[in-house]
Amino acid sequence: MRLRTPLKHAKGLGSAGDGVHHWLVQRLTAIALIPLFAWFVISMILMVGADHQTVVAWMASPVTTALLVLFIGVLFYHSELGVQVVLEDYVSSKAKLVTALILSRFLHFFLAVAGIIAVLRVAFGA
Amino acid sequence: MAEFRLPKNSRISKGKEHKAGSGAGNVKRFRVYRYNPEDDSNPRVDVYEVDMDDCGPMVLDAIIKIKDEIDPTLTFRRSCREGICGSCAMNIDGVNTLACTRACDEIKGDVAIYPLPHMDVVKDLVTDMTHFYAQLASVEPWLKTDTPAPPDRERLQSREDREKLDGLYECILCACCQTSCPSYWWNGDRYLGPAVLLQAYRWIVDSRDEATGERLDALEDPFKIYRCHTIMNCTMACPKGLNPAKAIAETKKLLAERKL
Repeated sequence: MRLRTPLKHAKGLGSAGDGVHHWLVQRLTAIALIPLFAWFVISMILMVGADHQTVVAWMASPVTTALLVLFIGVLFYHSELGVQVVLEDYVSSKAKLVTALILSRFLHFFLAVAGIIAVLRVAFGA
Repeated sequence: MAEFRLPKNSRISKGKEHKAGSGAGNVKRFRVYRYNPEDDSNPRVDVYEVDMDDCGPMVLDAIIKIKDEIDPTLTFRRSCREGICGSCAMNIDGVNTLACTRACDEIKGDVAIYPLPHMDVVKDLVTDMTHFYAQLASVEPWLKTDTPAPPDRERLQSREDREKLDGLYECILCACCQTSCPSYWWNGDRYLGPAVLLQAYRWIVDSRDEATGERLDALEDPFKIYRCHTIMNCTMACPKGLNPAKAIAETKKLLAERKL
């Protein structure tokens, strides 16, 4: 026998008072990625066939280093937000969802940090 | 996980075939989902042949004729037969719509009739709407004010403000949009769904309502509103030609606006 009312079930734990920030940042990072991605792809195409020294010199120029670090940061931030939405949509078991969200966040942070460190090492000639 | 296959006891088997008499000229075949919780068996699809020369034009006319003349056990909801009560919402020819406003001759070949998708089936084409109605009640779809109404007249509203309710007030709560939404299929327990969010927006945008902020507070939740990914099935399905996806987008804009 079900003793709780349908309204009790529908209201659940109430509103989390959250979600706007995620929604805004997802759009903001998407907009930022349009020029960053275009710049990155065009730069890669222009350097097809270039030797190692040319690419290192390109990466070490201050503007390129800054843009690359930004690109990697924004890319993984946007990806993390997107993966979070997919997981929330399709993983209905609470325990699995929380585990997957934590792993996704760790993985994205790790990849972003690794990418940025790689760029900096090249830029500072380590 | 999301369900991509029906559970074992929900898989559909072949049912009975009710042939039209030899005198019938203009025969149309109706393939109708049947499920009776009392006879311990899986759902089935029964086929009914109807002489359309002796039947009204709409799908509802045909299933009423089937119930009256061929198979009285066929169960469905219906009331107004003119698209205003929302009772006869069902999945016809693969699209959620009202049986009373869907013409049989617009459908090529057999007419497939199923209950609204991803809802618990009570019997045949009747689904359990309890949670949907509770979700509607949870957004408190009525005028809320602190200021008492003027003693001598109604609460006034400008013509422009009244026009903001057009495309919202016409909703008949048939749940065609609600049950066409994949996000509602996967997360219907927490996601409010297009019909309920359209109703919520109807009160958010009402110039006479004074609880706008509280209403937005109540929706600001990753699951209650942000499961909407603008899939637009709701707008495609609405038999009244309304646009729930736009109402949700406007609500999201208001939620963002008060942050900026």
